[in-house]
Amino acid sequence: MILKIQNVFRSFGGLQALANVTFEVPEGEILGLIGPNGAGKTTLFNVINGVYEPNKGNIIFKDDDITSRKPYHISRKGLARTHQIVKPLKDLTILENVMVGACFGREGHSLAEARLIAGDVLDFVGLNVPSDQLAGILNVAQKKRLELARALASRPYLLLLDEVLAGLNQSEIQTMVETVKAIRQQGVTIIMIEHVMHAVMNVSDRIIVLDYGVQIAEGSPSEIANDEKVIEAYLGDPKLAEKLSGID
Amino acid sequence: MRNWRNHSGLILPILTVAGLVLWPVITNNLSNREIVFTILKAIALASSLNILLGYTGYVSFGHIVFYGFGGYVGLYVVNDQGWSIWLGVLTGGIAAGAFAFLLGKAILRLRGAFFALATIGVNEAMEAFINNFDLFGGSIGITLNFSVYKTYGGAAQALNLTFYIMAALTFAAVLISYIVRTSKFGLGLRAIREDEDAAEIMGVIAPDAKNWAYVLSAIIPGMVGVLFFFKNGNVEPHVAFPLHSSIELLVMVMLGGQGTVFGPILGAIAYQGMRGYLLTSSFFKDIQLSVSGVLLLIIVLFIPEGAVGFLRRRFPPLRRILI
Repeated sequence: MILKIQNVFRSFGGLQALANVTFEVPEGEILGLIGPNGAGKTTLFNVINGVYEPNKGNIIFKDDDITSRKPYHISRKGLARTHQIVKPLKDLTILENVMVGACFGREGHSLAEARLIAGDVLDFVGLNVPSDQLAGILNVAQKKRLELARALASRPYLLLLDEVLAGLNQSEIQTMVETVKAIRQQGVTIIMIEHVMHAVMNVSDRIIVLDYGVQIAEGSPSEIANDEKVIEAYLGDPKLAEKLSGID
Repeated sequence: MRNWRNHSGLILPILTVAGLVLWPVITNNLSNREIVFTILKAIALASSLNILLGYTGYVSFGHIVFYGFGGYVGLYVVNDQGWSIWLGVLTGGIAAGAFAFLLGKAILRLRGAFFALATIGVNEAMEAFINNFDLFGGSIGITLNFSVYKTYGGAAQALNLTFYIMAALTFAAVLISYIVRTSKFGLGLRAIREDEDAAEIMGVIAPDAKNWAYVLSAIIPGMVGVLFFFKNGNVEPHVAFPLHSSIELLVMVMLGGQGTVFGPILGAIAYQGMRGYLLTSSFFKDIQLSVSGVLLLIIVLFIPEGAVGFLRRRFPPLRRILI
């Protein structure tokens, strides 16, 4: 198991964002993390990579307890992530953005090595723009690829993808899905938060569903698609009409 | 430095400083030497401030505290302990660096306006402290015993020596600025400047990187302080910690281009040139600082990237030589 989430709780004021979340991720898996807006998916990522401390529970990454460690320590252990709201370093060039990942990530490369790695990774994610341009000029789809390239340049064991497909058009989604599959081919374990259902169903080995911070379902994509609790979480109770008519 | 073609960005800064240093030597003119001394001092201080302001993105309004504190410590060991000016300058630099290290641990966790405010507070607190610190002469300050100059062959020789030490410090400041700008450490700093949270998530150990940037930006100002007070022959609290000088340094860095190596050099020369003109003009001499204020406003509003940043953006081929 590359990652173990054990009984993790996190609240913000009165809001319970995560309640007793427990699961394990085997090496090489693509795990989909879905749930309605506000279900706690991004909070879970923030707890895993050290942005927030959990109120209770443990995070074990590669047999090492990383609970409450700082994001930079966790990143250097080989856990990288992308952001739902992209965070490009605007006044650095595209190449420099990716070099930051290679320089300060797991392998801690020198500038010269990082430059080569950054070039390779930019090719791999298909960001075909002159890499000496400032990152601020990129459009959203390109910024998503830049986020991905930065994370990959750190040569992670585990990659957390936070809605890399959001805001992309149909053909962009298709190529991004292929990219995600290719990353797994390289031996990287992936957890992805996603709202684009057909894509996440297609690419994931296993899916976990969060609703109001609680794990309500877990299983293969086909199991999840037919799970009553999941359908209820997304669409409301399908048997509500029956129940109501049964009352009188 | 194995391959000089990789360091074409260093040519212009070094040539500019070298040209400045040679000017009074060639013309053999004492008044030129004083003018250049002031410009070199501004270049060294602005280039140092740029490591924090330009590369790391932390605005320090009280950077002159390192100049004052380092200068005080250095002048004390030279005057009261009988150390040489060389050891004095070194001690001033170490004192300023150590002070920045401790101070950074305390205030670098603050971001944006809160950090800027804290730096002003530190400068004012230091001035108040020195004002009441008897070892450093309290409010009277330290007056250099002029017999100290004899060691260096008399006052004239000593002043000549300070000019060359100032030149060396300026070269050192520019070199440090360049090395930081082009190093992996500097890449981490610039990542922090753009987005500190994102930088941390990519593995940049921001608290350490910021603290070392703060230390690096404080050492040369501490050394310059020692040299300047030694040259002046005395130091008093209100001369050592002038808040308006901190702001003038900010204007120089912003004017030339924050985050670039050549920007602070260009900004310092341009600002000192303008200041010299304003101070001698009958109309502007009393409102010289307000002109700086207006200038800062114009820069921030219209060319926030400064002159060098503007040139780099407009003329991409220049980027190789204009770093």
